[in-house]
Amino acid sequence: MPSRLLHFRLNGDDVEIAAPDHWTLLEVVRYRAGLTGSKQGCDKGDCGACTLHVDGRAVLSCLTLAADVEGRAVTTIEGLVGPGGPDVVQDCFDAAGALQCGFCQPGMMMAARQLVTENPDATRDDIKAALASNLCRCTGYTKIYEAVENACRRARGEADAPATAERAAS
Amino acid sequence: MERKSINRTHGPDAPHGEFHRVGKRARKVDSMAVATGQAVYTDDIALPGMLHGKILRSPHAHARIRSIDTSRAEALPGVHAVVVGTEMPERYGVIPWTPDETALAVDKVRFIGDEVAAVAAVDEDTANAALRLIDVDYEVLHAYLDPHESLEKHDPAIHEDNKKGNVSKHVLLEFGEVDAALEASEVVVEDDYVFHGTAHAPIEPHCAVARWSGDGVLTLWSSTQIPHYVHRLLAKVLEVPAHRVRIVQPYLGGAFGGKSDPFGHEFCAALLARKAGRPVKLLLTREETFYTHRGRHPMEMRFRSGCDADGKITAVDSRILIDGGSYSSFGLVTTYYSGQLLCGPSHFPTYRFDSTRVFTNKPPCGPKRGHGSVQPRFALEIQLDRMATQLGIDPIDFRRRNWQGENVTTVNGQTVTSNGFLQCLDAVERASGWKDKRGKLPPYRGIGIAGSMYISGTNYCVYPNDMPQAGILVKLDRSGLATVFTGTSDIGQGCTSVMATLVAEELGLRLDQVRVVAADSDLCPVDLGAYSSRITLMAGNAAVDAGRKLRKQVQDAVGEKLGIPAGQVMLADGYAFDREDGDRRLTTQEAFQLAEAKFETLSASGSYNTPERGGDYRGGTIGASPAYSFTAHVAEVEVDPETGEIHVPKLWIAHDCGRAISPVQVEGQIEGSTYMGVAEVALEHHEVYGDVGAEAGLHKRPSLLEYTIPTTLDTPELEALIVESIDPEGPYGAKEAGEGPLHGSLPAVANALYDACGIWMTKLPFTPGRVLAALREKRTAEAGVS
Repeated sequence: MPSRLLHFRLNGDDVEIAAPDHWTLLEVVRYRAGLTGSKQGCDKGDCGACTLHVDGRAVLSCLTLAADVEGRAVTTIEGLVGPGGPDVVQDCFDAAGALQCGFCQPGMMMAARQLVTENPDATRDDIKAALASNLCRCTGYTKIYEAVENACRRARGEADAPATAERAAS
Repeated sequence: MERKSINRTHGPDAPHGEFHRVGKRARKVDSMAVATGQAVYTDDIALPGMLHGKILRSPHAHARIRSIDTSRAEALPGVHAVVVGTEMPERYGVIPWTPDETALAVDKVRFIGDEVAAVAAVDEDTANAALRLIDVDYEVLHAYLDPHESLEKHDPAIHEDNKKGNVSKHVLLEFGEVDAALEASEVVVEDDYVFHGTAHAPIEPHCAVARWSGDGVLTLWSSTQIPHYVHRLLAKVLEVPAHRVRIVQPYLGGAFGGKSDPFGHEFCAALLARKAGRPVKLLLTREETFYTHRGRHPMEMRFRSGCDADGKITAVDSRILIDGGSYSSFGLVTTYYSGQLLCGPSHFPTYRFDSTRVFTNKPPCGPKRGHGSVQPRFALEIQLDRMATQLGIDPIDFRRRNWQGENVTTVNGQTVTSNGFLQCLDAVERASGWKDKRGKLPPYRGIGIAGSMYISGTNYCVYPNDMPQAGILVKLDRSGLATVFTGTSDIGQGCTSVMATLVAEELGLRLDQVRVVAADSDLCPVDLGAYSSRITLMAGNAAVDAGRKLRKQVQDAVGEKLGIPAGQVMLADGYAFDREDGDRRLTTQEAFQLAEAKFETLSASGSYNTPERGGDYRGGTIGASPAYSFTAHVAEVEVDPETGEIHVPKLWIAHDCGRAISPVQVEGQIEGSTYMGVAEVALEHHEVYGDVGAEAGLHKRPSLLEYTIPTTLDTPELEALIVESIDPEGPYGAKEAGEGPLHGSLPAVANALYDACGIWMTKLPFTPGRVLAALREKRTAEAGVS
C-alpha cells in the first residue's frame, strides 16, 4: 500500500508520521501516534466521537484524510490538558456529572471547547446547536448543557452556579 | 433450589451519626480519566505483535452451509489464521438451559449477519481482503420474517432439534379467576398494541482483544457488561480450564443490555490468537454492531383490563407474541418478564398472561434497558388511562386509587417492600403543573401520565448454586488508602463510584482515599455483572459488609489507643475521633496503622445473596427481586395536525430509588433512561426488509445516520425528581435507578396524545403517517356521530 510521511503539529509538538495514503486523521492519531482519547463510533461521520481540532476548529477526524493536515496544527482531547491540569471544559464536564460511559465525550468536549472559546455568552439553544452533531447515548444531554453553561460562566470570569459548586469542590 | 441468603441487610442508617459521603453531590471517582482522554477502552489496547481479526458474515437470512473453502484466504500474504465453525462446535447460550448458539455457524446460518468464518491478519485491510477469498457454498432455505408464520410453520425449522418447532418459549400463568372478574367488571377495555424493535446503539462498537501467554493462560479484554458469563463460556467452548482464562473489562463505552451475551467475536478473537500465536484484536464496525443486535423484542400484545365503578382494577389479561429473532439469548427470561414485572405499582386482584416467543430469521433479540417489561408496560398504562377516561376519573387519581401499598405481596407472589409511588405521583403532578394543564391546554397540546416498577436485581440465578451473587474485597493500606476489588462492571452507570462511596462511608474516608480495581477476573471476586439493575443493591450490600468488618477493627484499635469503648469511635471525613470529645482525634491513616499493628495485614471480604423471594410455581422466582423501584412520568406533547409530527417539549420524571447513594448519578440515570425511552416513540426503529428476495432479512438502518438516535435538537427537556423510600433490603436503603425510569416514557406520551387531540395511539412507532391516520379516523367517527 502506498504510504507517505506526514508532518504536522500534534498537541504542540512537531511530528513526522508515516502512514498509508488512505488513512484518516483518526487512524493516524489513534493507531500511529497512540493518542487513543479520540474515539471511533461509526467511522463515517455520523456520531461525532472522533471530533478534534485542526487549527482550532472542530472537525470529524474520521472524515479527514490524514494527508490533509500536512503542515497544520492538530489538538486532541489529550492536548487540552495543560501544565495547570485539565482544561476548564474537562473540569466542568467532570464536575457536572456529564460523563457516564464517556465514549462520546472527548468529541463532545472538543466541540464544546470551540463554542466556549468563540461564544462564552452562549445560550442553551446555542449550546444545543453547537453540539447537535455529537451523539451521546447515556445522558439525555441535560448534564452536558449544565457543564457547558458552567464552562461559559468560568470563561466570563464568573463563579460556578451553586449546584455545580458543591460537586466541583468534591 | 433453595439458596442461603447472605448479608441481606445492614440497616438503612448512617454508620457514624449522619451520612458524610452517601447522598452528596460528588464527582465520579473515575471520570476525570475519561475527561482527559486517558481512560483505556478495549479498542485503545495495542499489544506487541497484535493482529487484526475480521468476521465473514452470512448474506442469507436462512441457509444451510454445504461447504466452506478457506484455502485461498489462508494463502494470502499477511494472513496468520483462519477459523471456521467446526473448530468450535460446542453449543452455548447465555441462559444455560437454551444452548442454541455456536461461536461460528456450524451447519446453518439463521440471519443476515450470522458469523461464518474469521480471519486474523497483519492489518484490517488484509483481513478484509482475506474474507473475500473464503468460498462458502450455501443452500438457501425459506426465511421466516413474520412471527405469525413462525407460529404456524416450521418446515424447515430454524433450530431443527427444537421440539417446539419455531416456538422459542411459551409461558401461560393465571393468578385468580380472570374471566369471572372481567365478567363482573363495570368497565372493560380491550385493545391491540404493537411495540416495535429497537437497538441499544452504544457509541462504542463491540471489541475484544485476546492474548495467550507462553504458559497457556488466555487473557481476553472485552467490551462486555457481564465478564463472568464470558469467562464460563470461553472456558467451555475453547475447552480450557477456567483458571487458565482471565477476563478483563476495560472502560466500556455504553451497553444498555446489548453487551450482555457472550458473542462470536469474543470466541473468535481467542481462537485466532491461539492459532496465530499472536495477540488478536477484533473490532466490529458500526454496521456489524447493528447486526449483532440483541435489542428490544418486537411484541404484539392483546390486553384486556377491567375495573369496578369506583375505578378499582379487577383484572388484567394479556396475550403476547414475541419476535425473538434467530437465537434464544435471554429469551426464556424475556418471555417471563413480559408478564411477571407488571404487578405494581397498581394492585391487580386477578391477572393472566400468555406469552409466546418465536424464532424468526432476523438479528437475535435480547435484553435492552427495561428487559421484557417496557413493552407490556406501554400497553398496560394506556389501558389504565382508557379506564380512567371512561369513568371520568383523573388519570393520576386513578393510579392513586389502585396503588398496591408498601410491604405487600403481589398477585403473582412477589414481595414488595418499600414503595414510594405515591410520592412519585405527587412530585410529577406538582412539578408539571398537571392540574392547570390536564384538559386545559390549547388544541393539539396535551399532558399525560404513566407509572411503572422495576427490579433491583433478581432472585433467579442463571447458574443456580450456593455461592454469593456478589463478592467484594477491601484492603486497607498503611498509606491511608482503601482499595476495593470488585467484579462489578461499570458500563457508564457509575457503579465504581457507588462502591467507592459505600466503602468510604463505612470507613470514614474521603473519596480520594478510596481506589477501585474492577472487572478483572484474576484480581476481583466474582460479581454476576451489569444486568437486571442488580449492582447497587447486591454488590452494594457486599461492599458495606466488607467495609463494616474493617470498620470494627479500626474502631477497636483506635478505642484502645484513646482509652474509650470501640463503639464510641467515629470515623468520618478522613478522621477517627471520640464521639464524646471531637478534639481527640487521629487521621484515618494513623487509625489504619494502629489497626494494622493490632490485627496484622488488613483486608476483608463481603458477600451478598438474595433472600428467598418469589411465588411457589414454575418461573415464580423470575422477576422476583429483593426490592422494587417505582417511577412516575408526565409528558407534555404538541401535535402538528398538518404533518402528524409529535413534539415532546418536556418530561417530568420522579423515580423512587430508595436511598440515593449518589444523587448526581441517579439524576443521570433518570435523564438517560427517559431520553432512551422517548426516542422509541417515533425516532428509532430496528427493522429488516420483509420482502421475499435477495434483500429479505436485510437490516434497513444499520448506521447512526439511518437509525436515528436523538441529537441535542431531538431530546425533550428532562426534569429528574428523586424520591427516596428507604428500603430495608438495600445498602443504606438503596434500590435501582438505571432501568426503571425508561418504562413510563412511552405510555406517558401516548396518554398525552389523547389529552392533546383525543386519539389513542396503540401501535409504535408513532410515525407522522399513523398520527394523521388516527386524526382522520377520529374526524370521520365524529362526523358519523353528528
